[in-house]
Amino acid sequence: MHDAVAVVSQFIDLSLWTVLYLFAMGFVGGLVSGFIGSGGAFVLTPGMMSLGVPGLMAVASNMCHKFPKALVGATKRAKYGQVDVKLGVVLGISAEAGVLYGASIQEGIKKAYGDAGSNLYVSTAFVVILAIVGGFVLRDAIKSYRAGTTNDEEKLTKIARWVQSVNIPYTMVYFKALNARISVLFTIPLGFATGMLAATIAVGGFIGVPAMMYVLGAPGLMASATELVIAFVMGVGGSFKYALHGMVDIRLALIILAGSLFGIQLGAIGTTYVRPYMIKLVMGVIMVTVLFSRALMLPVYMSQLHLIGEMSPATSKLLSNTSFAIMMFALGLGAFIVLKAMWQGKREERLRESAGALAVERI
Amino acid sequence: MATTTRKKALVSAIIMGALSIGLYALLFLKQDLVNSNFGKGGAYALLPIATAFLFSFVHGSFTGNFWTALGIEAAKSKGGK
Repeated sequence: MHDAVAVVSQFIDLSLWTVLYLFAMGFVGGLVSGFIGSGGAFVLTPGMMSLGVPGLMAVASNMCHKFPKALVGATKRAKYGQVDVKLGVVLGISAEAGVLYGASIQEGIKKAYGDAGSNLYVSTAFVVILAIVGGFVLRDAIKSYRAGTTNDEEKLTKIARWVQSVNIPYTMVYFKALNARISVLFTIPLGFATGMLAATIAVGGFIGVPAMMYVLGAPGLMASATELVIAFVMGVGGSFKYALHGMVDIRLALIILAGSLFGIQLGAIGTTYVRPYMIKLVMGVIMVTVLFSRALMLPVYMSQLHLIGEMSPATSKLLSNTSFAIMMFALGLGAFIVLKAMWQGKREERLRESAGALAVERI
Repeated sequence: MATTTRKKALVSAIIMGALSIGLYALLFLKQDLVNSNFGKGGAYALLPIATAFLFSFVHGSFTGNFWTALGIEAAKSKGGK
């Protein structure tokens, strides 16, 4: 892979601004992750690269901040009874295989088509997957909001009902999140896809959480909390693999972690105040916004690969900057919705408490 | 009851916060040593992983108690959902 000694010299110098920038991004990323189980990484990796950190090292350092963050988030949400550790570990193991396969595909594409080819592949994966899955998640959230069923138990989809009805001897396992026995064979492709997506666009949860909700039949709260276990399992393995080659800049990982542990605790607390459809809403909004950001970059990479006419450097820079700004906006918007929903929930709780106290006084 | 929890959390936040600041100070003051050893690869790969676990425990405990001490806690009833 890379020469470890050469990598050491690539560690960047840290200024106060760099530290504050990473801390703030870590906080917002952590807040969103605590709430929807993933997210943040798609901004953090390019964010580090914009500071001059080499691409692979940015990916490695991001992963090394992700697993301790996921561990803290999962522990917190387990206290609220939202985590299914067994489901997380089972999915996490096949996700690990997906990460390795996804990374080897990436390396192959990079060898054959260079950086632009690899970037085009990543961005196309972003656009296609976010359009399909993000569109579906957002539509589902809007549908339950319009139907006024946001307080109801989430209904099983047709496919989840089918998955839960199939009985394959010797492979059946009970999962708390589903309150049903399903064949582990169904979890393998889902975990694998989550890992492949994590290796490709750094956010496996964009497949993992919707898969748990719509294919396996887990409630949104359980799915997003269990995703943190998957992220932890994937993250430890991935970080170790990168660290073997000396790719992890632990300083960057720990600065981001400093901010993200504040965020993830707050995001986890937030889940106890909101109606379940909010998880889907935040996830859908972020996915669809990020989709536009990545779509803007497609012509840039296509022009670099001479698939379309040449693009002036000014246009290409404008598109890159706009794309990054939209990604930051997506994360900021997600964080805003989380904080607002939490604030409203807390206010409603206070009102209920004071109404209760008043009723007791009257008696 | 809630006041006692918050007081306890405040004490824990101060202790873990001080520990966390100490660890971060050590990390930045000994940056050269960290950079030259943590990036070596091979068996040295255990260093960044172990460090990440240590920081997640200390700093995670601090941030958890920090929010509790500020009175920001999980909803008491399921009514909000």
